[in-house]
Amino acid sequence: MLRRRLNRLCGGDEKRVDSRTIYVGHRPCPDTEAFIPSKFCDNRIVSSKYTVWNFLPKNLFEQFRRIANFYFLIIFLVQVIVDTPTSPVTSGLPLFFVITVTAIKQGYEDWLRHKADNEVNKYPVTVLEDGRSVKKESEKIKVGDVVEVVEDETFPCDLILLQSSREDGTCFVTTASLDGESNHKTHYTVPDTEKDLQALPATIECEQPQPDLYKFVGRMHIYKPEQEPAVRSLGPENLLLKGATLKNTKKISGVTVYTGMETKMALNYQGKSQKRSAVEKSINAFLLVYLCILISKAVVCTTLKYVWQSKEGQDEPWYNQKNQKEKDTNMYLKMFTDFLSFMVLFNFIIPVSMYVTVEMQKFLGSFFITWDKDFFDPEIQEGALVNTSDLNEELGQVEYVFTDKTGTLTQNNMEFIECCIDGFQYKHRDTRSELDGFTVTDGPVNKLQQKAGQEKEELFLRALCLCHTVQVKEAGSEEVLTDQVDGIDGMQPQPEEERGFIASSPDEIALVRGAMEYGFTFLGLESKSMKIKNRENNIEEYKLLHVLNFDPVRRRMSVIVQTKSGETLLFCKGADSSIFPRVKPEEVDRIRMHVERNATEGYRTLCVAYKQLSAEEYAVADTGLREARLALQDREQKLMAMYNQVETGMSLIGATAVEDRLQEEAAETMEALQGAGMKVWVLTGDKMETAKSTCYACRLFQRGTELLELTVRTLEDGRLKREEKLLELLRDYHRRAVQDAPPVKAGVTRSWSTANQDYGFIIDGATLSLVMNPSREADASQYRSLFLQICQNCTAVLCCRMAPLQKAQIVKMVKNSKGSPITLSIGDGANDVSMILEAHVGIGIKGKEGRQAVRNSDYAIPTFNLCFILPQFLYQFFCGYSQQPLYDAAYLTMYNICFTSMPILAYSLLEQHISMEILLDNAALYREIANNAMLRWRPFLYWTVLGIFQGLLFFFGVRFLFSNPALQDNGQVFGNWSYGTIVFTVLVFTVTLKLALDTRHWTWINHFVIWGSLAFYVFFSFFWGGIIWPFLKQQRLYFVFANMLSSVSAWLVIIILILLSLLPEILLVVLRKPRGPHSRQKKPSQSNVGGSQSSQSSARPLLMRTFSDESNSVI
Amino acid sequence: MMAASYNAKDEDAVGSGGPGAVKSKKPDNTAFKQQRLPAWQPILTAGTVLPAFFMIGLIFIPIGIGLLVTSNNIKEFEIDYTGVDMFSPCFNCSQNYSWNSTSACTCSVPFSLDQPFESNVFMYYGLSNFYQNHRRYVKSRDDSQLNGDKSSLLNPSKECEPYRTSDKKSIAPCGAIANSLFNDTLELCYIHPNGSRITIHLVKTGIAWWTDKHVKFRNPGGNNNNLSIVFQETSKPVNWHKPVYELDPSDPENNGFINEDFIVWMRTAALPTFRKLYRIIQKKKDNMTPTLPPGNYSLEVTYNYPVRSFDGRKRMILSTISWMGGKNPFLGIAYITVGSVCFFLGVVLLIIHHKYGNRNNNADIPN
Repeated sequence: MLRRRLNRLCGGDEKRVDSRTIYVGHRPCPDTEAFIPSKFCDNRIVSSKYTVWNFLPKNLFEQFRRIANFYFLIIFLVQVIVDTPTSPVTSGLPLFFVITVTAIKQGYEDWLRHKADNEVNKYPVTVLEDGRSVKKESEKIKVGDVVEVVEDETFPCDLILLQSSREDGTCFVTTASLDGESNHKTHYTVPDTEKDLQALPATIECEQPQPDLYKFVGRMHIYKPEQEPAVRSLGPENLLLKGATLKNTKKISGVTVYTGMETKMALNYQGKSQKRSAVEKSINAFLLVYLCILISKAVVCTTLKYVWQSKEGQDEPWYNQKNQKEKDTNMYLKMFTDFLSFMVLFNFIIPVSMYVTVEMQKFLGSFFITWDKDFFDPEIQEGALVNTSDLNEELGQVEYVFTDKTGTLTQNNMEFIECCIDGFQYKHRDTRSELDGFTVTDGPVNKLQQKAGQEKEELFLRALCLCHTVQVKEAGSEEVLTDQVDGIDGMQPQPEEERGFIASSPDEIALVRGAMEYGFTFLGLESKSMKIKNRENNIEEYKLLHVLNFDPVRRRMSVIVQTKSGETLLFCKGADSSIFPRVKPEEVDRIRMHVERNATEGYRTLCVAYKQLSAEEYAVADTGLREARLALQDREQKLMAMYNQVETGMSLIGATAVEDRLQEEAAETMEALQGAGMKVWVLTGDKMETAKSTCYACRLFQRGTELLELTVRTLEDGRLKREEKLLELLRDYHRRAVQDAPPVKAGVTRSWSTANQDYGFIIDGATLSLVMNPSREADASQYRSLFLQICQNCTAVLCCRMAPLQKAQIVKMVKNSKGSPITLSIGDGANDVSMILEAHVGIGIKGKEGRQAVRNSDYAIPTFNLCFILPQFLYQFFCGYSQQPLYDAAYLTMYNICFTSMPILAYSLLEQHISMEILLDNAALYREIANNAMLRWRPFLYWTVLGIFQGLLFFFGVRFLFSNPALQDNGQVFGNWSYGTIVFTVLVFTVTLKLALDTRHWTWINHFVIWGSLAFYVFFSFFWGGIIWPFLKQQRLYFVFANMLSSVSAWLVIIILILLSLLPEILLVVLRKPRGPHSRQKKPSQSNVGGSQSSQSSARPLLMRTFSDESNSVI
Repeated sequence: MMAASYNAKDEDAVGSGGPGAVKSKKPDNTAFKQQRLPAWQPILTAGTVLPAFFMIGLIFIPIGIGLLVTSNNIKEFEIDYTGVDMFSPCFNCSQNYSWNSTSACTCSVPFSLDQPFESNVFMYYGLSNFYQNHRRYVKSRDDSQLNGDKSSLLNPSKECEPYRTSDKKSIAPCGAIANSLFNDTLELCYIHPNGSRITIHLVKTGIAWWTDKHVKFRNPGGNNNNLSIVFQETSKPVNWHKPVYELDPSDPENNGFINEDFIVWMRTAALPTFRKLYRIIQKKKDNMTPTLPPGNYSLEVTYNYPVRSFDGRKRMILSTISWMGGKNPFLGIAYITVGSVCFFLGVVLLIIHHKYGNRNNNADIPN
């Protein structure tokens, strides 16, 4: 919504037109009509919610949108307007307190966002202006400005590339933070602009901003003196997106086309709707229940009041006359105000502090996450950072985990693991000490330490060195050259041999690097000749004749090179499935075993083959390739055919295994997450093959997992149209995964790996958009429900080639599905932001279940004050339904703010009802906690019944005591305020002690808070009753508390009532047979071992692997 | 938030500063922050709770018995003198009641005590169906006026309406509570077996809370003993027969706002049926004869206070007092009951624990 509004604001008058015209460098162009500078929005990024000016109204508005706050506002207003039993202060003060605390909290969080925004907006950029380059803050960039960006800088806005420092007019860009693709992409300058940028007379006409990252259409008119203006078409390859980073290019210049919130990146973020936690939602449900109780109480009292009053002499006895105003009031109006007064009197049944308690708990709880040293990453020297504290309680209730792949599951750090040459396995150990760098671990038939022949080895390594499209990073810009694949400096620096390589795929680098480990160093490509330094430190030179590019259908690539000696060689590498059919079968068997073993271990395997081309063969291939390249029609097919023709009859030399290093313990975590009953979805912008292998590697897909694929490739079916095929496949998968599968117990599917067949589901972006937005609108719901059902029955779902918005779409779809499960998103880049925003819980990088957060949800219930307000209600039966409050206003006010909220806060923050170690060991325990179990209706009902019991007990216990109000040993009597104070004392003690009973984890803070609040109550009562307060109209409580304490009977009744009201709880605790036998039975031993053990455990993995065995034994 | 996230990424991507440049943000390894505070983890098990139940039972039952015995030893006598019944002595007074009548209506209610009342005897009056706890009534007072505040004396709080002013003068003390001050006079005569009537001396001080009498309630004008001058600008409450400074002309320490009958009345009762301390009969000096020996008595009532209009009742109560206050068997019964219940539960739990607990323990061993 915000975006739309912004668009309207920014777009303004040009909304009518479909395109915008941009004057490069703001120069009027000769041919066009008068230069009208159209208004575009500035380059500011706004992620904050408030400004200094609108903070107060906007924040107040948002706060009062909460049911409870709104309700208390109403109550407060009623108290101000109508004559009510309690003064407006009683509800005004707590409300003010609540609103202030919340406002401070949200203000602080927004301030942090402001700071982050400012960092981006104030980032200095270089703008060419009137022939000079001027440093400007990023937010000052206007559409049409020519901006200079140097290497490794992020583009401050969407630019059209005009000039590059590279000779060929290209530049390299990584969009890892936009769409997760970490490889380098080549972008091209607009032709004919290689001249003086300062005076380039040109206009750009392009479409209005739209979120699709891969689409851009525009035209550039270049005006040359005395010539027709040249028109160049612009496409996405000319557009540099905000958020992407310039790589391996010293400097570029570009003209700004989209700025600020109109950039493609900003458009890919979704509106910042206020997240509401599910806990808040269920609190709201309980709130409504209590509101009903409240209203019915008020109705009952009002009715009874008028029944009672109708009896003669009751309404207005001689001793208690009404004043004139009361007499004059209309009867019905009076009834209404009576009703309101009762509402006010009983309004504390809904605790005003409830949100404050929950809010504070969340706020402080998030600090624990920040502070947790288990989240600390020594490499980047940062711990976890909690951006919004609103949601950490939901960490305990997650059902679906959506994760990004690159950088989240994997470190995006390819490493050469081993290779296999001619059937002999070479495993690369840390061999820097060994001269030849080779270690043979085991041969196929275990030939003792045997190696493949020297010749074969070298051929293989040469193949690795030559068959790629890697470029050597130009030296000079930096002292230490490192990988520049995605900006993460993964390899350990090796000062001497260090080389920077650039490639579109990180595993190519890994291979080149692997060859380097074994002595063959690729030195670079210079004017069609590749240089290699071999083991003897000689430079070998090869002439590069052809590159047969990689494509996902062929799944292989080849190069044709010519050696110094004139031989023509073809090296080919590719997936085993695409290589094996093209080599001699007898060679295959020797290597297949290795390949398969490597694949199951989760490595990315490639096979390497070569063939020697005779002069004639080469001539045929050469002409064929050239022709195909120049073809104007069906170029793709022709090339493909040619490639296939060339890549035949090769001989296999070996295979490689490359590991995309997973995050530490990613596999264990995944397994544990699945064990905890969570469904893990991987959403990535990456290629399907890569993503799939990662999923295998991190054991998301097990070997037995049957994969259901729904990708462009499976949809490519000659006979059927795409959509028909899609439907057919969907039906087929649905039948397999949903109908045939044995009925799964909802939610609690234990032990995935045992009996039933596991299904993994793979879908890609293009197909997903077909599912989500089919051409015929009518099918949409059908597709979607089929899709969803399949997904829900799969252990793991992999969505690849996702655009950021599609990620969010998926999350949204799951979130809105039946049962509205809690979702959690994990990602590391800006491309994941919309998905993170969409989910209930977004995690910046990597999360485990928030252990202290798991039980937060149920703290809200005890704060409902049924036992607090029930005596008040009952008292109405004894005071002529006159809305006389039982407790003094001070107690009413303080009750929520101090007496009960602090202990609950401390409890909710510090309670660990299952110790950390056990939680870590037993991911399955998570299941008990998840599903919002603690805040469901049963405990709610229990609390309500308990509250009623206690309320009745408090009131009638004291009522019977007061049948003779002479309670002091000097015969003096107690009045109504003593009555209320006794009830209130019992109440405070009961509520606090009940909490003490629930606390299983007593730290000194708990002790301090619980006993402290009791002491505070006593102190406060003495203090409040010890002074004649000048500002009070009535000194109701003057010495009431002290007098009460001087009465033995009062003591005795307080003790017995507290005990009696705690009895059910104690009984329940004793009688309730342990729900989770693990938690309770392990407890004693746990507490004995205590501190000594805890120090070790921090070193343990996130979630122990052992859990899966144990989870089976839980029930 | 989004800015924050891609910022982080940018930093990664630029990566120029290196880890060394960033100052360490490593969280402190303190017990609190790592949530590893040493904790005491009590576990409520049958083993710990069982003894507690027995203990509670063992403590509560004797206390309850003690309370019950104490309560039963308290002598209490109660007589209703409202005069609802045609034949009751105060019937006439209750019938011809009007606020304006100048002549007092008196009646005499005979009663007899079967048992001697020893030690100090406390005399209460009791009212029924009188809503002293009605909201309109409870708030109809001005505590600062009662505290001797001059300005409140002449300009009482609005809460006192409609008992705030009369004849354009402010009412002192204002409000419904003060206005409806209980103004029956009760006297007690012992009718000696030989027929002579001995008026029993009733002490009218020591019946109000000490703090009320000495701090909360104060006469205006400080030490000015002539209260009639202090109160001259004010008017008496409409239902009163005499102004506030004539409540007890005999004792200046018990007159005006600090009159104890008045203070006792001003402490509003919790329930519509209540009693208030009226007089104290001090025990005889010799300790040998009881304060009130058994025999015939007569309650001399100056009947001023109308209750028939709201169906109320008036009672006179004579009671001795123990350490726990007046007669009330409730506490004793409650303690005995709760004590027994705890004891019973203890037994039941013991059986359960014995039967099932053992099996559980066996099951525990493999773990």
